[in-house]
Amino acid sequence: MSEVSGAIRTADEFEPNKATAMENTKISADKVQVYYGDTHAIKDVSINIRAQTVTAFIGPSGCGKSTFLRCLNRMNDTIDICRVEGRIAIDDEDIYDPKVDPVQLRAKVGMVFQKPNPFPKSIYDNVSYGPRIHGLVRRKSELDDIVASSLQKAGLWEEVKDRLDSPGTGLSGGQQQRLCIARAIAVSPEVILMDEPCSALDPIATAKVEELIDELRENYTIVIVTHSMQQAARVSQRTAFFHLGNLVEVGDTQDIFTNPRDKRTQDYITGRFG
Amino acid sequence: MALSFLLLTILVVAGLAYVLAKSRAFKSAGGDIRLLHSLPGYYGWNGALTVLLPTFLALLLWLAIQPVVVDHTVSGMISAESAAESTLGLVMSDVRRIADGLDLAVQNGVLTAQDASRLNTGSSDIRETLGAVGVALGAEVTAEKLEAAQTYRSATATGFWMRTVLVLLVALGGLAVSYRRTDKDFRARNFVEQVVKGILVFAALLAILTTVGIIFSLIFNTVEFFSLYPAEDFFFGLVWSPSFGGGSELGILPLIWATLYISLIALAVAVPVGLFAAIYLSEYASPTVRAVAKPLLEVLAGIPTIVYGLFALLTVGPLLVDIFGNDGALGVGWMQGGTAVMTAGLVMGIMLIPFVSSLSDDIINAVPQAMRDGSLGLGATHSETVKQVIMPAALPGIVGAILLAASRAIGETMIVVLGAGAAARLSMNPFDAMTTVTAKIVSQLTGDADFASPEALVAFALGMTLFVITLGLNIFALYIVRKYREQYD
Amino acid sequence: MTDVTLTTTPASEPARSKSLLEIDERTKKRNAAETRFKFYGIGAIGIGVFFLVALLVSILSNGLSAFTQTSISLPVPLVQSEIEAAEKSIVKTSKYRDIIGAVLIEKLKTAGVSTDMDSKKLLQIMSSGAPGALREFVLANPDAIGTTVPFDFLTSSRVDGYFKGRVTRAALAEDKNLDSAHLDIVDQLKEQGSVTSGFNWQFIFGSDASDSRPEQAGIGVAMVGSFYMMLVVLCLALPIGVAASIYLEEFAPKNRLTDVIEVNISNLAAVPSIVFGILGLAAFIQFAHLPQSAPLVGGLVLTLMTLPTIIISTRASLQSVPPSIRDAALGIGASKMQSVFHHVLPLAMPGILTGTIIGLAQALGETAPLLLIGMVGFIASEYPSGVFEGFLSPNSAMPAQIYEWAKRADPAFYERAWGGIIILLLFLMTMNIVAIILRRRFERRW
Repeated sequence: MSEVSGAIRTADEFEPNKATAMENTKISADKVQVYYGDTHAIKDVSINIRAQTVTAFIGPSGCGKSTFLRCLNRMNDTIDICRVEGRIAIDDEDIYDPKVDPVQLRAKVGMVFQKPNPFPKSIYDNVSYGPRIHGLVRRKSELDDIVASSLQKAGLWEEVKDRLDSPGTGLSGGQQQRLCIARAIAVSPEVILMDEPCSALDPIATAKVEELIDELRENYTIVIVTHSMQQAARVSQRTAFFHLGNLVEVGDTQDIFTNPRDKRTQDYITGRFG
Repeated sequence: MALSFLLLTILVVAGLAYVLAKSRAFKSAGGDIRLLHSLPGYYGWNGALTVLLPTFLALLLWLAIQPVVVDHTVSGMISAESAAESTLGLVMSDVRRIADGLDLAVQNGVLTAQDASRLNTGSSDIRETLGAVGVALGAEVTAEKLEAAQTYRSATATGFWMRTVLVLLVALGGLAVSYRRTDKDFRARNFVEQVVKGILVFAALLAILTTVGIIFSLIFNTVEFFSLYPAEDFFFGLVWSPSFGGGSELGILPLIWATLYISLIALAVAVPVGLFAAIYLSEYASPTVRAVAKPLLEVLAGIPTIVYGLFALLTVGPLLVDIFGNDGALGVGWMQGGTAVMTAGLVMGIMLIPFVSSLSDDIINAVPQAMRDGSLGLGATHSETVKQVIMPAALPGIVGAILLAASRAIGETMIVVLGAGAAARLSMNPFDAMTTVTAKIVSQLTGDADFASPEALVAFALGMTLFVITLGLNIFALYIVRKYREQYD
Repeated sequence: MTDVTLTTTPASEPARSKSLLEIDERTKKRNAAETRFKFYGIGAIGIGVFFLVALLVSILSNGLSAFTQTSISLPVPLVQSEIEAAEKSIVKTSKYRDIIGAVLIEKLKTAGVSTDMDSKKLLQIMSSGAPGALREFVLANPDAIGTTVPFDFLTSSRVDGYFKGRVTRAALAEDKNLDSAHLDIVDQLKEQGSVTSGFNWQFIFGSDASDSRPEQAGIGVAMVGSFYMMLVVLCLALPIGVAASIYLEEFAPKNRLTDVIEVNISNLAAVPSIVFGILGLAAFIQFAHLPQSAPLVGGLVLTLMTLPTIIISTRASLQSVPPSIRDAALGIGASKMQSVFHHVLPLAMPGILTGTIIGLAQALGETAPLLLIGMVGFIASEYPSGVFEGFLSPNSAMPAQIYEWAKRADPAFYERAWGGIIILLLFLMTMNIVAIILRRRFERRW
């Protein structure tokens, strides 16, 4: 983990109590390379992501943070020209092992996207979609329970409980994004990946979603890509800074923002570029 | 003056106007084109257009009005008895034929111009004279008709002279106006651009004109048909048996039934195949497969329908008889001849495959990628994503596409003319020969039928029905597709 | 539903396997369904391609034989007295037939082919158009009288079909027009090289022939008819279509009228072609008294039919020219009209031409409307007498000619119909390839 080439240093090197940190690791990536055709999009990234923690990926646009996020549940598989090398393991199982079915993986590692993308179906059908395709329920009543509890966890239940049959696309932007989070939760994932989940939302909706992320931390490992350093500081415990496809620095959010070790991190958080 | 010569004269005047206006503009600016409002060419065009536009307008009006006026004058000479014998229209067409024949005779030198205008029925056999120049006359040339024809000729000749004079006057007037108007401060470019814009508008309006033309040509003849044949018998009649001797039964229902039956079979072939092909091409196929398979399917769309018709008649029909016929492979004996609803439907289905697939392809591609990501991110397989997210999202668009395909199938002509048979029949057996609305339009209008008979006019009523059905389907389908597109724009 | 507890934690799921490396039953099933679904798609493409191949195979296998034709070479002595006698008789060609019959019998004698058939029966191996061809030659070359001229006469369609494998001896049993004995004769003549088969130029350049002479039928005159129609379509549809598109794309205000025009155009594109035929019949022939069967009228009808296609593709090419080009022109003081005609239109031209060619190809293959305005087969037996007469003299068109042959009962005409389709498709292919090349060569990505 600590053998990172050149200037790329993971913060684990500087971790005071490294042993306890390792125990808690949910996802570990080792020397991951991603290529888009001839473009080398992710260069040699190694990182440990802890369970029951919110980890934020920050960095200027085009730095590869979203690409790396999409590697974690193999969403990059859907892009023909994308190639991933290196090892990414969840609970010490290599997710790029040929025996792994991406369908099963994605049930374990849910994803919330930048733009709210509810299906053009009812709110109920949006949330029950995942449990149904994965066969998580045997009876309608069980499904009802999952839908209700997911919506409750996503903090949307009170707003929509009387109109579960109305289309999900009819909700406001913030509600739609929380619906998408409920949709992801309904599959009972262990990890939730969020790709700039608030970039299309207004400040009030953003605050609600951030609050929700903080609550979800109890049960899930959350990785969030964000453009906003303030948001990273507000919701995450750990922060990783990406720059030009390299992972520059990773550590406790507090440390990264108050005491960055790399010049580039410092320049970024002080607003020299970004 | 002959029309072509007249047109040439107008063009010469217009050219003259171009040169004159341009040089006058040049002079008014003292030879310095920087002082002109517009480029010199615009002054020239201004001149030419000022001549051309009013002249053509006058000429067109004259061409439209003169025959009406002449006809009116001449038909006044026809007595009520002879008009009653046959219709006035027939007498008039005889008169016109005689007049044309006389013109031709003069032109060929069989008659001199004086002789032609002095002819009378007593002195010579006009039928023979005209027969010699290749104009065959059906009915006897009565004195009355001949006189009418003479009047017709003189009126037309006078009209020609008046037309020439009028048009030339207008052209010269235009020349004078444009010359006087030309001056260095005159906004020639604005004027020319206005005219060009007018031409553009006219071109765009031609689309509406076409539709109006279609509607009028259908309505007039349909109304005439309904005056000869009761509308309720046409719309609710169960028998279609036209006989040119009279006593035809012209019920549209057997034709509508066959049309819908064939379209249904065609859609049953084209929709599943086309839809699955579209799904595969847009969701699964690698770029290479797509680059090969898509154009291959589209070749099917580029093949003319006559080819499909021949394919149905000579390949598919006999093949089906070999399977379903009396001595067929299955030994069921359902099929008596190669032409059948099944034959036409199957081949039409093949024709519609690329139509359905390329429309559906567009529509599936319009579903935002975010939908796919959302579903795949939840762990759905690709086919689950297609079936449960993409298809429901694309459904309105696909319904629109299927309706457009249905309208195509209903309006398709050559395949059914060659592949479906000629006998109208109300039958459930898809291996029976039946005939459709379009096939009957062709057969009723290509024979030697008299255009005034109900047997020929019925084609217009059939066309009207076809037009209304397909137009309704099209408007509805295009509306659905448009709404669908807006949803994701 | 109201009494919900948060019981569905990740740990409490029995159905799901814990490890990612083991695939559970349900996932296996789902993956099988996935594979099946994918195969449906491949199957659908396969069916489409299969039909295409079946269509092409049946066109080629049935049509290629139309491009060869069997003929029989006979040296005919043109005797002055015989020809004078023939020209004096009432049915002139029957005398010429006798001349050919005599020559044929003579030929068989010298070739050592024995037969007991009389001249009339023997002549059934020849095209019934042979005497006409002989007479035409004599009238055209009076100097040749007195000499012996070698002729290549067409054989009858059945003899031709026999050599092409279409007519079998068994099938002749019920045929009044030819016996097995005839075939024995032609077989022997073929061995001696008097009956040969060569490329069928007459099919490509000739005109349609009557029901009894399929061996003489050609598509050349119909091709000229099609050519004139395409000329009319090109000269009218291109400028009108471009003008209409420019107006709608660049000048039209967003109002009801524009909406109506746009809806109208997209609907016209979907109106059945036969309806345009009815329009042509009623408007151009009944109302405007234009001549029936004239390529000019056919061209007008096809123009109206292709206009929507051309307008739609032209608008797409105009749309693909970025607004910055227009702004640049307007910015240096060009008028709107100048910016369109000097900058936008030239840039959109390749796209417009591509669309026009595709519209023309569509028009070239259209049949139904032409039938209604009288452009059916067998309407013209010779080429138009002049360049301008071509627009107005009655003619057919390639697809209408093919339709005419498909309707006739003799299978020899079916071969002609398939052959005509090969020619038609060659034209369409060429046009489409030109369109593709244009698009590839000049396509500009902004």
